[in-house]
Amino acid sequence: MDAMVTAVDVHKYFGALHALAGVSLEVPRGDVSCIIGPSGSGKSTFLRCINQLERPDKGAIFVDGALIGYRRVGDALHELSDRELARQRLASGMVFQRFNLFQHLTALQNVTEGPITVQKRQRREATDEALALLARVGLADKRDAYPIELSGGQQQRVAIARALAMRPKLMLFDEPTSALDPELVGEVLEVMRDLARSGMTMIVVTHELGFAREVASRVVFMDRGAIVEEGPPQEILARPHHPRTREFIAAVLP
Amino acid sequence: MTSAALPRPYDIAHLTHVRRRHYGRWLAAALILVAFGFLAKAFAEGQIAWTVVGQFFTAPAILQGLWGAVWMTFCAMALGIALGVLFAVMAMSPNPVLKAVATFYIWFFRGTPLLLQLLIWFNLALVFPRLGIPGLFEARTVDVMTPFMAALLGLGVGQGAYTAEVVRSGILSVDLGQTEAAKAIGMTRLTTLRRIVLPQAMRVIIPPVGNEVISMVKLTSVASVIGYAEILRNAQTIYYANARVIELLIVAAIWYLIVVTVLQIGQYFLERHFSKGRGERRAKTVVALEPQGA
Repeated sequence: MDAMVTAVDVHKYFGALHALAGVSLEVPRGDVSCIIGPSGSGKSTFLRCINQLERPDKGAIFVDGALIGYRRVGDALHELSDRELARQRLASGMVFQRFNLFQHLTALQNVTEGPITVQKRQRREATDEALALLARVGLADKRDAYPIELSGGQQQRVAIARALAMRPKLMLFDEPTSALDPELVGEVLEVMRDLARSGMTMIVVTHELGFAREVASRVVFMDRGAIVEEGPPQEILARPHHPRTREFIAAVLP
Repeated sequence: MTSAALPRPYDIAHLTHVRRRHYGRWLAAALILVAFGFLAKAFAEGQIAWTVVGQFFTAPAILQGLWGAVWMTFCAMALGIALGVLFAVMAMSPNPVLKAVATFYIWFFRGTPLLLQLLIWFNLALVFPRLGIPGLFEARTVDVMTPFMAALLGLGVGQGAYTAEVVRSGILSVDLGQTEAAKAIGMTRLTTLRRIVLPQAMRVIIPPVGNEVISMVKLTSVASVIGYAEILRNAQTIYYANARVIELLIVAAIWYLIVVTVLQIGQYFLERHFSKGRGERRAKTVVALEPQGA
């Protein structure tokens, strides 16, 4: 099986709210999947289940063939320990809507923190690689700046470098441009475009339909905790079959 | 467009601005200075032998007491902070037993007077004549519970209850997104606490803990009741012998002020260190760039 991510009938409840009502999805290796949909449709929750920031109540998610968050013992799935979960999360890099850069560390330290503290790599090697990553996102000159001294777009680019420094197999983006001033969206999308060209498997929750049209190999439309339809961008964005997709795209596109 | 070209009453933009004089402030300052002058005169002429103050200021017993107070402050705060972090983490734990133990600890030690706690520790031998772990070591409680041990436990364990609340509020002040980002790069809960959350919580924790260190310097004087040799205790021992009560109390007061002043300076630098990445330094530059005066 050549899928990077396979989700099978994933359910998630927040109290009485059925946030994910049976989501099944397969993301092939090297694919860029954009998940779109109205707010509250469960797209962020689904993304957060993939690296176990949320724990699904039912169903299973596999990343690179490995079951995430649980160990199968007979007919039951047993929760993994904190340490095992931490190790599994190394497979995927995550980029947050609100950047979540470590406020007490400089841009460079944000990028080297994981490799040095978690992966126990040599400081010099980690620093060299971090500097190369900062250069790749166009921020080599901001290595010693603290997050508060950076613009939103710059912070998000450092956050992408931080995630890449862990050498993940898969990158998850949770509305990476939603908290940005309009004139800063382009620089972040450019970095993501570059990453997609390099063959990285990406799952992007986004409202940027333009980006989806141009970069995505597949667009997934979610509503009310379920996938309504999925397909190539030219099909989903230009000729959606489902009335709810049509309604959403008409409302979002100017 | 010059203001003279404008019709009345708009033709006044060229006039000089004159600041208010604040005569009231000058008057208040003068009155207070006069009052201070009287106070200084009263002390200078009062029944205080200032030469005795100078003579005992560096007496060996006083310096030994000074060391006792500083060392006790250090040990008791170290114990208090260690317990504070431990019980703060326990109080926030999802385990109901840990949570209940932490809540009880904070409730008990914040709820009873320090003097009473000191007396209980010091008199522990009345309850448990012998202490120890069977087979490993055992000792008579009176030998273990020296004035130093009793003061350390009384001050440190009591301090832990206050520090736990300070640490807890510090941890709560750190945005949840920081924890999620740490998880996302594969950190365990303990590493997240140590590398990401606590360093940022320090910014909130340091000012109240600095305040508590200063309190602790003075609280060590309470340990004089159980015979711990600190400044006040040793000053008292001297004035019981020579009857120079006020002089020796002044010696003790000056030493407390010196220690507290040094600690305040230390706190300033510590706060500056832990405000890294919070823009405080930048804020200062902005203030400096504002035009000075009128």
